[in-house]
Amino acid sequence: MQWCFLVVAVAEQTPWFDLDKLTTLISALISISIVLYTTYHRSSREKFKVREIAGLKAVDEAIGRATEMARPVLYTPGWGGDIQRPTTIASMNFLSHVAEKTAVYDCTLVYPTHDPVLMAVAQEVVRESYTRAGYPDRFRRDNISYVTSSQFGYAAAVDGIISRLKPASIFLLGTFEAESLILAETGNSVGAIQIAGTDSTIQLAFFIVACDYTLIGEELFAASGYLSGDRSILASVRAQDILKLLIAILFVVAVIWSTIAALSGNTSDGWWRF
Amino acid sequence: MNRKIALVICFLFGLVMFLQYFSQHQVARSVNQAVLEYWQIIFAFTLLVGVASVIKSNVAQMRRGQDRSYRLVTLIGLVSMPLLALVWGIKADTPFMWVFENVQAPMQSTVFALLAFFVASASFRGFRARSVPAAILLLSALVILLSRSAVGSSLFPQLTGVADWIRNYPSMSARRAILIGIGLGSLTTSLRVVLGIERTWLGGRK
Repeated sequence: MQWCFLVVAVAEQTPWFDLDKLTTLISALISISIVLYTTYHRSSREKFKVREIAGLKAVDEAIGRATEMARPVLYTPGWGGDIQRPTTIASMNFLSHVAEKTAVYDCTLVYPTHDPVLMAVAQEVVRESYTRAGYPDRFRRDNISYVTSSQFGYAAAVDGIISRLKPASIFLLGTFEAESLILAETGNSVGAIQIAGTDSTIQLAFFIVACDYTLIGEELFAASGYLSGDRSILASVRAQDILKLLIAILFVVAVIWSTIAALSGNTSDGWWRF
Repeated sequence: MNRKIALVICFLFGLVMFLQYFSQHQVARSVNQAVLEYWQIIFAFTLLVGVASVIKSNVAQMRRGQDRSYRLVTLIGLVSMPLLALVWGIKADTPFMWVFENVQAPMQSTVFALLAFFVASASFRGFRARSVPAAILLLSALVILLSRSAVGSSLFPQLTGVADWIRNYPSMSARRAILIGIGLGSLTTSLRVVLGIERTWLGGRK
């Protein structure tokens, strides 16, 4: 009972707002405002050019190749992510587009995953894409399967699928960890055209050497808008560019400021260290 | 209607989780803890869905005669491990632990060990000086490899400084640029989901 009173007393002394996170809150609010402005303001949503991304342009070529060779397309989101990660959401958007194309070309799409939640979401995404393409009867629920939650069990299972099915095209898009190179090299050994993208900077290096096309950094997040042409999604890509510009300006100002401060011997002033 | 309910729940939870991040108050921490615990509970239930999917998919493909032997091994493993755990427990010196230590762990290590060979084969393909950027990549890789090996660092001790410079400046700045892009991409994607602009996770775009 005394313990409960102590907890209440401590709770009452803790302020509702953590002042240490004030800078983060301001940055977050500025970012949110820019995203909302570019998404909902009409003039901001007017047509603007999105640079060509080789990996995204190659999607049609990869699926077309699989259709011509009468081999399946393999899509896997990696072992590192779950549905909470924005990268996984971005990967699902990409999957939606790939599934629509495989439905039209009547090409088998295989999706092994390590997470039962991802399996359920992917099944819905692919089923909806096949329906949207006008071929709901071509959807095979069994092709979107959970294999195991163990990292190397998952790598071995996907490797086995790649070795046996010999897919013509492989999409490795999501959060990958140590299994990235195991999958990419196995895909390379069966001669598949490989398109990869991840938010892990360490695994990006592996994908760059082992895959044909790699989506670097924000390219994976821009893919959804790029492939679907949806204006509201493309508007948020524009917001990313505006935010990048603001960050670059902040960097330049901070570098000049710190250089002047160091030259004048005043090292205590460090407003940029938030 | 179902889709609207999911969107409202997503928006409310997105808002609550955003707000609680900026508070150290007991209530905010309790909310965070409760959501994380509920996530664990939901995941445990979805694991059952996953296991059911594995059984269904393997049985269906065995009936079709596809990779029968592999699928049989998967199903035997899937049934035997929980059975061993239920009958003899999961403490040390139980059949479950014996299988784990002598079958599962070595198999996982074997798959992990493949990475060494794959790194070699990928490096061999990637480090070919076909263009100026590829030549720079090759040279940087050589400097880092030499500086990190015992022979290289003893023969050329000054390489350590060069390797550290490559890692701390050109490599780190490129990495940070990618990380900023990923961070901003994550932010806009999360916002699109919370605001209901992005609905692919529900199965459809609109």
